[in-house]
Amino acid sequence: MSVEDRLELPSYLHHSEEVSARFAEIRKQPVVMRLSAVSRQFESAQGPVLALSKISFDVRKREFISVIGPSGCGKSTLIRIVAGLETCTGGSITIDGKEVGEPAADRGMVFQGYTLFPWLNVKQNVMFGLKMKGMPKPKAERMAMDWLDVVGLTSFANHYPAQLSGGMKQRVAIARALANEPRILLMDEPFGALDAQTRGSMQAHLLKIWETVDVTILFITHDLDEAIYLSDRIVVLGAHPGRILEIIDVPVVRPRHTDQFLSGHFLATKKRLEQLIHHRETSPKPDAGKLGVVAA
Amino acid sequence: MTHDGPQREPVAETSAGARAPAGAKPTGPRRRLLAVRAPLPPRASLVAGVLAFVLPFAAWCIVSYVPFVWHPLVHVRDAGDVNVPGEYSYVAVDQLVELEVFEKRNLELAKAHAKPLAGERANPVFLPAPHEVARAFYTAFTTPPLRKGDFWLHESLLQSCQVIFWGFVYSALLGLPLGILCGTFSLFSRLSEPFVDFVRYMPAPVFGALAVAVLGLGNEPKITIIFIGTFFQMVLIVANTTRSVDGALLQAAQTLGANRFQLMKSVVIPAALPSLYRDMRILLGWAWTYLVVAELIGEKSGISAFLYQEQRYRHFDNVYAGIVMIGIIGLVTDQALNFVGRFLFPWETGNNSLFRLFGQLKLALSSRGAATPEADPINDSQVLERMPIAPMTDAPEEEAHVS
Repeated sequence: MSVEDRLELPSYLHHSEEVSARFAEIRKQPVVMRLSAVSRQFESAQGPVLALSKISFDVRKREFISVIGPSGCGKSTLIRIVAGLETCTGGSITIDGKEVGEPAADRGMVFQGYTLFPWLNVKQNVMFGLKMKGMPKPKAERMAMDWLDVVGLTSFANHYPAQLSGGMKQRVAIARALANEPRILLMDEPFGALDAQTRGSMQAHLLKIWETVDVTILFITHDLDEAIYLSDRIVVLGAHPGRILEIIDVPVVRPRHTDQFLSGHFLATKKRLEQLIHHRETSPKPDAGKLGVVAA
Repeated sequence: MTHDGPQREPVAETSAGARAPAGAKPTGPRRRLLAVRAPLPPRASLVAGVLAFVLPFAAWCIVSYVPFVWHPLVHVRDAGDVNVPGEYSYVAVDQLVELEVFEKRNLELAKAHAKPLAGERANPVFLPAPHEVARAFYTAFTTPPLRKGDFWLHESLLQSCQVIFWGFVYSALLGLPLGILCGTFSLFSRLSEPFVDFVRYMPAPVFGALAVAVLGLGNEPKITIIFIGTFFQMVLIVANTTRSVDGALLQAAQTLGANRFQLMKSVVIPAALPSLYRDMRILLGWAWTYLVVAELIGEKSGISAFLYQEQRYRHFDNVYAGIVMIGIIGLVTDQALNFVGRFLFPWETGNNSLFRLFGQLKLALSSRGAATPEADPINDSQVLERMPIAPMTDAPEEEAHVS
C-alpha cells in the first residue's frame, strides 16, 4: 500500500466550491486558441512516424494550461507547431478564430535554453519585439522598463545577458515575450535548465506575473509538481503516437502557494498524473488507451 | 599581448587552487604550469609569451656567436704564402671557404713549410648574425637604393601595405555581404558556393599573367591577385561563420515578430559579427602570403622587389631585416585589430569603455541635454558596482556573474 492510498485522498475529479467557481468563470471567457485535430507525421527510414495524433483542445482567455507527458510524447513538437516554428501535417490551430502559420508576435515564446541576444543589454532585449513592430524608441524604452519592473530586474537594465544568472536570464526572456503583449505566451520547459531552488522561486514569480498581467499561458513541462502548482488545466499526452490521454481540471484552490503541495487535492492530482504517465511508460498494454480520455 | 584568452582569467586564476579535488596534493605553482586545459597564471603567461620570441632568438645567437656551433666556413684573414702552388692555391684573403678546403690548403702549406693560412670560423653569408641584421634594420632605411630609380625600404613597405590594403578591402566589400547571404539563404549558397569552391582550388598566382595582360603593369594586377587569393576563401568562411549562428536566437526573434529582413539585420549580422571580425583577422594574414607572389608578377614592386634586389646583391642582412619587417607589420596589425576588437564587442569582453565614450560624446554634443539619464550608457559603470545585490525573491544562488 502506498502512502497516498493510506492518506485516503479525495478524488481528483472532486472540485471544491471555490474551484468550481473558478472553472465556471474560465468557461465564460472567450476561446483564445483552438487546436483542432493537430497531427504531425515525420518521414523516417522505417516509414512514416506519427509524432502527434489528433490533438484537440481549447485555451480560454487568461487560462494557465500545461501540457505534460513522458519524453517522446511530442509535447515540444506541439508547442513549436503552435509557435509556427514547425508545421503540422494535419488539423489546424486558430487564434481568435484566425488560422496561424508563420511565427509571429501574437504567440510569444520562452524557450528552455537561454535565447537572449548576447549583444543587446537587458533593456534592449526586452525592447526587441517592440522595435521589430516599429515602435518609436523612447516609447519602447519606457515600456521595456515597465516590463523589467514586472519581473523585478529594473536595476539590471544595462547589463549584458552574460552577466546574469540563469534564473535572471529567463525572467528577462519572459519580460521580452510579454512586452509584445502576445495573445498567448508559450513556455517550453522554461525552468528545465535551472537548479531546484531557483526553479521554485521562478514558479512563484511566474504565478505572480500571471495574476497581475492579462496573459494566457501554454506551458510545457515534464515536472508533475510544476504542472499542478501552476495550471488551471493539464493536458496529459501519451507517447507513440503523441495523443491526449486526459485533460485534468486541477482541483487546487487559487491563489496557489507551496504549502498546497501536501494538500489532498494536490496529491490526488499528482497520483492521477503518475498513473497516466508512468503506468504507460512501464506497461504498454493494448487496452491502455481506454483510460478516461476527456476530449475538449 | 600574446595571450588573448577569455577575460575572466583573473577569476579563474584565484579559484584554480580551490578547484583542485579535496585531498589532492597542494597545487604548487609548478603544477599549475602544466594543468590540463586550465589558463596559465598571468605572470607565467606573460613570461611564456616573451619566451616565444626569446627562445628562437637565443638559438640564432648561439648559432651565430658560438664558434664551434655549426660555422661550416672559414673566413680567411691571412692567405699565408700565396706563392706555394697546389690544388687549393686559389684561397685568398677575405674569402669564405669551406672548413675542409681551409684544412687541405693548410696541409699543402705545411708540406712546403710555408706560412699557414689564418682565419676564423664563419657562417655562410645567408645567415648573418643578429647584430648585423639589427644594423641592417637601421641602415636599410637610411642607405639610398643602389640603383637609381629603385625604392627605399620604407617606400617599398608602403607600396606593399597599399596593395594588401586595397586587395583586402575589395575582397571584404564583396566577400562579406555575399558570404553572409550564403550563410543565411540556402538559395544564395547553392547559387554561388559550388563555383566559389571550384575557383578556390585554383592557386591565385595562376591568374598572374592574365591579370597583367588585362590590367597592365602597376598595382592593379597585384591587388587583383590579393583579391582572388582571399575573396573565394572569404565567401566560404564567412558563410560558415554565419551559418553557425545559434538557430535558437533566430527562432526567438521570429516569435518576437521579426520578419526576414529584420532577422538578417537585427539577429544574424550582430550575432556573427565578433566571429566575422576574427575571420577577417585570419584572412588578412593570408593576404600577406599572396603579397609576395603578387609583387613578383609583372613589374616587381614593394617589399618583395626590395628583398629580391638585396638578395641579388647578396645583402642578406637587408633581406632578413625586410622579412622581419613584414613579420612585425603583420604582428602589429593583428594585435592592433585584436586590441580594437576588445572594445568593439563589449558583450563578449565586458569592456564597454568605447560605448561609454560614445555616450559621453553624445551627451556633450546634445547641448539641450535631451538625453534621458536612464537611457544613458554612462550609468553602466554605476550599475556594475551595485550589481551583486539580488533583486526580489531570488534564491541565494541567484547571483549575478560579473565578468
